Amino acid sequence: MEAALLYLTTILTLAGIYAALALGLNLQWGLTGLMNFGALGFLAAGAYAAALLTAPESAQHLGGFGWPWWLAWPVAAAAGALLALPVGAASLRLRADYLAIATIGFAEIVRLVARNEDWLTGGPLGVSGIPRPFEGLGQPWGPVAFLLLVALVVAGLYALAQATAHSPFGRALRAVRDDEEAAKAAGKDPGALRLRAFVLGAAFMGLAGAMLAQFFKFFGPDALDPVATSFLVWVMLIAGGSGSNRGAVLGAVAVWALWAASDWLAAQLPAELATRAAYFRLFLIGLALQVILLARPQGMLGGRG
Amino acid sequence: MLELVNFYIIPGLVLGAVYALAAAGVSLVYGVMRFANFAHGDLMSWGAYAALAGVAAFGISPWAALPLAVAATVPLAWGVDRAFFAPLRRAQPAVLLISSFGVALMIRALIYLAWGPTPATYGLGFSPPILWEGVRLQRRHAVILAGALLAALLLHLLLARTRAGRAMRAMADDPDLARITGVGVGGVIRLTWAVSAALAATAGVFLAVDTELTPLLGFNVLLAAFAAAILGGIGRPWGAALGGLILGLAEELSSYPVLPGGAPLLDPSYKTAVAFGVLILVLLVRPQGLFRGMG
Repeated sequence: MEAALLYLTTILTLAGIYAALALGLNLQWGLTGLMNFGALGFLAAGAYAAALLTAPESAQHLGGFGWPWWLAWPVAAAAGALLALPVGAASLRLRADYLAIATIGFAEIVRLVARNEDWLTGGPLGVSGIPRPFEGLGQPWGPVAFLLLVALVVAGLYALAQATAHSPFGRALRAVRDDEEAAKAAGKDPGALRLRAFVLGAAFMGLAGAMLAQFFKFFGPDALDPVATSFLVWVMLIAGGSGSNRGAVLGAVAVWALWAASDWLAAQLPAELATRAAYFRLFLIGLALQVILLARPQGMLGGRG
Repeated sequence: MLELVNFYIIPGLVLGAVYALAAAGVSLVYGVMRFANFAHGDLMSWGAYAALAGVAAFGISPWAALPLAVAATVPLAWGVDRAFFAPLRRAQPAVLLISSFGVALMIRALIYLAWGPTPATYGLGFSPPILWEGVRLQRRHAVILAGALLAALLLHLLLARTRAGRAMRAMADDPDLARITGVGVGGVIRLTWAVSAALAATAGVFLAVDTELTPLLGFNVLLAAFAAAILGGIGRPWGAALGGLILGLAEELSSYPVLPGGAPLLDPSYKTAVAFGVLILVLLVRPQGLFRGMG
C-alpha cells in the first residue's frame, strides 16, 4: 500500500514538473509562436542553480551554499530568465524553423558546458546531496508534502499564465503571432514583446528544473536528455492543445501518465524484452505525435485562443 | 605544416564531405517542400545500418553495400512522406517540422529494435595509407572524398541538365508558377525524396566508415547539416555542400594549437559546438546565407 502511494506520488510529482515546463512552452509557442526546441537549456540553468545553492559545500563543484529551497527557487527561475535574455536577443528575429534549429544548438552547448566545466557543475559526477524539502517528515508523508508543494507551484504558474494570456500584454503577443505587420501598424514592438514572452517562459522552465533537481536530490549531465525534456514537452503541449493553458497541464499529466504506465508495463516483462520495450515506447511516442497531428491537430483542448 | 595537413585539414575535409552530402539533402527537401526535415539524420543512420546488413549478409565491403543502403532508404522516405507528410502539405512549416521530428523518433526506434544500442563497425580492415611527400591519406578517406565529389557531380548534372532537375528547381523557386506551367508536383516531390534519401544514405555510410555505427549516428550530425544548409543559403544544394566543407574544416581546425604555449583556439571537448557557433554567427550576420537562400 505504502509502495503504491509512493509510486503514485512520484508519477504525479514528475507530471507536475512537466506541467510547469509545458506552461512555459505554451507562453512561448502557444501564445507567441516562438518555436523553442531548447527547453532543456533553461531547465538545466534552473536545476543547476537550485542544486548549487541548496547542496552542502563540496570540492567537486561550485559551492554548495546550503540555502533553503524557498530562497533558491526564485533564483533558479531568474537563472532561466537570465539565460533566455541573450539567447532571445540573438535569435528571436529568426523565422520559426531557424529558431527551432538555433535553440536545439543552444541546448546542446548547455549540455557540453554541464559535462565539461567541472569547477561549476561537477562535470559528469554532477551535484549530489541536494536536500529535498520536507524530507524530515519521513516516508510516505515527506514525498506527499513535496508533491503538494509542486502542485501549489504549478497552480501559481497556471494562474500567472492565465493572467498573462488575458492581459493586454497577452493580446499583444497573440497579435504579433498572428499578424506581425498589423501589430506593428498598431504601434506594438514585436521584438520586445517576443523577448518578454520568451524570458517569462524560460523562467517557468528554470523553476521546473529547480523542482526536478530537488526531487531527484541529485543532478548531473545524464539527467539532460533532449528526448525526455525538450521534445517530450512538445508532444505534451501538442497533445493537450497549444494555446490553452489547461491543455498544457492536461497534456503534461496525460502523456506523462502514459509514459510512466509503459515504463511499469515494461518492468513486468523479462529483462531482455524490457530493454526492447523502451525502444518500442520511443516508436509509439513518435506515432502518437503523428496521429494527433493528423487526426486532431488542435489537441485535446484545442484552439490557439 | 605537414602535421596541419595530416591531422587537421584532411580530417576536416572528410568530415566536411559528410556534412556537405547531408546538408545538400536537407536543403533539397527544404527547397521543394519548404520545411526543415528533422528525420534526415535518422535516414542517414537507417542507410548506414542497411549497409551493415548487406556487409553481414553477403560479406561485401561497405562501399559495395552502398547501393543496398540507397535502395533501403529511398522507399522508407517515400513511405514516410505518403503516410505522414503528404496529408500536412498545406499546413504550416512548423507543423511539418514537428511531424518530421516524430518520424525521426520512429525510425530511430526501429534501428534500436533491429540492431540494439551497441556500437558496431563494418569491419573494414586496415590498409596502408597513401603516402605522398609526407602527406598521409587513409584509403577510406580517399574513397569518401572521391565519392562525395562524384555525388556532387551527379547532383549537379541532375539539377542543371535534366528536365526533372529543372522541374525541381522551378518548384523551389516558385511552387505556384511551377504548378500552373504544368510541372507534375507529385513526381517532383517523389524525385526530391529519392535524391535526398540517397544523399542521406551515402552520407550515413561514409560517416559510419569514418567513425562507427550507433543509432544516433545521423542525428548527432543533423544540426551541423542544418547549419551548413543555412550557411550556404537554405534551398540551394550547392551552397549547402560548400557550407558543409567550411563547417567540417572549421570544426577540425578549431582544435589546432595556434595560441602561444600550444593551446588550441577551442578546447576539443567543445568541438561539436563549433557548428552551432558558426550557425548563430551566420544567422545574426547574414541570415540569407552565403548564397541568397529562399525566404
